[in-house]
Amino acid sequence: MTIKDLLESKAELTHDRRDSNGPVVLSSRIRLARNLASYPFPTRANPAQRREILSTCLSTLKDVTGLKTATVFKNEKLSDLDKKILFERHLISRDLMHSANGSGILISRDQSVVVMVNEEDHLRIQVLRNGFQFKNLWRNIDRIDTAIEEQLHYAFSPKVGYLTACPTNLGTGMRASVMMHLPALITLKQMDKVLRAVSQLGLAVRGLFGEGSDASGSIFQISNQTTLGEGETEIIKRLSSVLDTIYEYEINAREKLLESEPIKLRDKIGRAYGVLRNAGVLTSAETMNLLSLIRLGVDLGTFPAETREMVDRLFIEAQPGHVSYLGQKELESEYRDRLRAHLIRDYFKTIAEPDFHSMEPK
Amino acid sequence: MGKVLKCDLCEQPATVHLTQIVNNKIHKVDLCEKCAQEKGVTDPNGFSLADLLMKGNPDETPASGSPGLSCPTCGCTEKDFQTTGRLGCPDCYETFAEILHPLLRKMHKGTHHTGKVPVRALARKTLLEKIQMAEDQLQQAIGKEEYEKAAKFRDQIKELKDEFSSAPTP
Repeated sequence: MTIKDLLESKAELTHDRRDSNGPVVLSSRIRLARNLASYPFPTRANPAQRREILSTCLSTLKDVTGLKTATVFKNEKLSDLDKKILFERHLISRDLMHSANGSGILISRDQSVVVMVNEEDHLRIQVLRNGFQFKNLWRNIDRIDTAIEEQLHYAFSPKVGYLTACPTNLGTGMRASVMMHLPALITLKQMDKVLRAVSQLGLAVRGLFGEGSDASGSIFQISNQTTLGEGETEIIKRLSSVLDTIYEYEINAREKLLESEPIKLRDKIGRAYGVLRNAGVLTSAETMNLLSLIRLGVDLGTFPAETREMVDRLFIEAQPGHVSYLGQKELESEYRDRLRAHLIRDYFKTIAEPDFHSMEPK
Repeated sequence: MGKVLKCDLCEQPATVHLTQIVNNKIHKVDLCEKCAQEKGVTDPNGFSLADLLMKGNPDETPASGSPGLSCPTCGCTEKDFQTTGRLGCPDCYETFAEILHPLLRKMHKGTHHTGKVPVRALARKTLLEKIQMAEDQLQQAIGKEEYEKAAKFRDQIKELKDEFSSAPTP
């Protein structure tokens, strides 16, 4: 499989085959950091050791059920644009993009299981799914991890758990996270309140939000911050209960918005549709913000539910690397913004005019 | 509104505002685009505020008894760890145990692992330790010219090594 095949095949995050995309929660992910006992961590390993680690890991991974048909990419064989695309698809980290030779990545056919080799740790195993799916994800990654461990000798201490290059990952080596779409909490400026409400727990909320402009499409990644002192299922349980709370907050905030400023909200969603359907030039920041409004519109019944899958796909396909790929090369941003607008116009041709009926006061 | 926040690292106007909750405490960081990129803040998988806080406050790093500590296995020094926030190899956790302990207490919910255990890795580790022990005993026996005992240890070692190399199936 090539990057081209990867873009053309139906991936978990871009094609919601199980129909699990709903309001607020976009996707869930669990990552495990693992290292081999007999080598230095990747940043300290010499080139020969890095190559050895890579080939040892890859030959083991190829035999794991579910990964037999996976594709392997070696870092040095990928162009900068290829790496950018993998990054935008949430398949590799920024670290891996800039990592030295001897790194690799293994991607399952539906792009829902990804293993990075020689990133910060020897192995970064990741599983991801649309919607809120921790139970399934944990079952799956636990199985993959156990299968790998049958072949490879992990660095593990009974006292402090799985040994990782950075002590912040020590213990379970697990990071569980959810991407949440929280436009109403942003509009009502309640994100701080939410953060306080979840402060009993060692959680991290990440998102880029500047004054007034919000280039991240009101999407936040919420994850556990601590990895030692609690078991995996405890961490997931704790995280899930907080996510439930945030979900409730967002839904309440939406109701409040509908009540207090329905005209403004309706105007914003209608304008977003108008611009996306007709614009000739679109930057990625503007696109993200407008798509965020369309997603909110879907949740409020303004657009048919299937539109949500398209919006989530565009959150990925409207990113700079993906648009450049359409133009066959790294593009000047001016040309890229035109090409992006063209891509989005094509998608929006099929979307019917917004129906604001459901937003009328009852 | 109105007040322009400055980057905590370089005084440029901050556009990235990050909040993380670590052990019941809210930590806030304001960064400019450039510093945020450099620190990897924009990559949700690769960033942790703990690193930034740790690096930002070298005074907070606990004093250790031996300042020039370095790992005998990989050569990673205490200074390497303090500047990068990363350890060099699995053995570093033994080498820097004293420095790490207070950091782990601050960073995590506890200092003991209570999660998944790699059964095979542990079994292999125990086997290796047994082999090592038997080899020591063998050398002692040879040294004392107790050849009957030595033969017994040699057989034991062979058995253990066979067990080690035959990959157990689930």
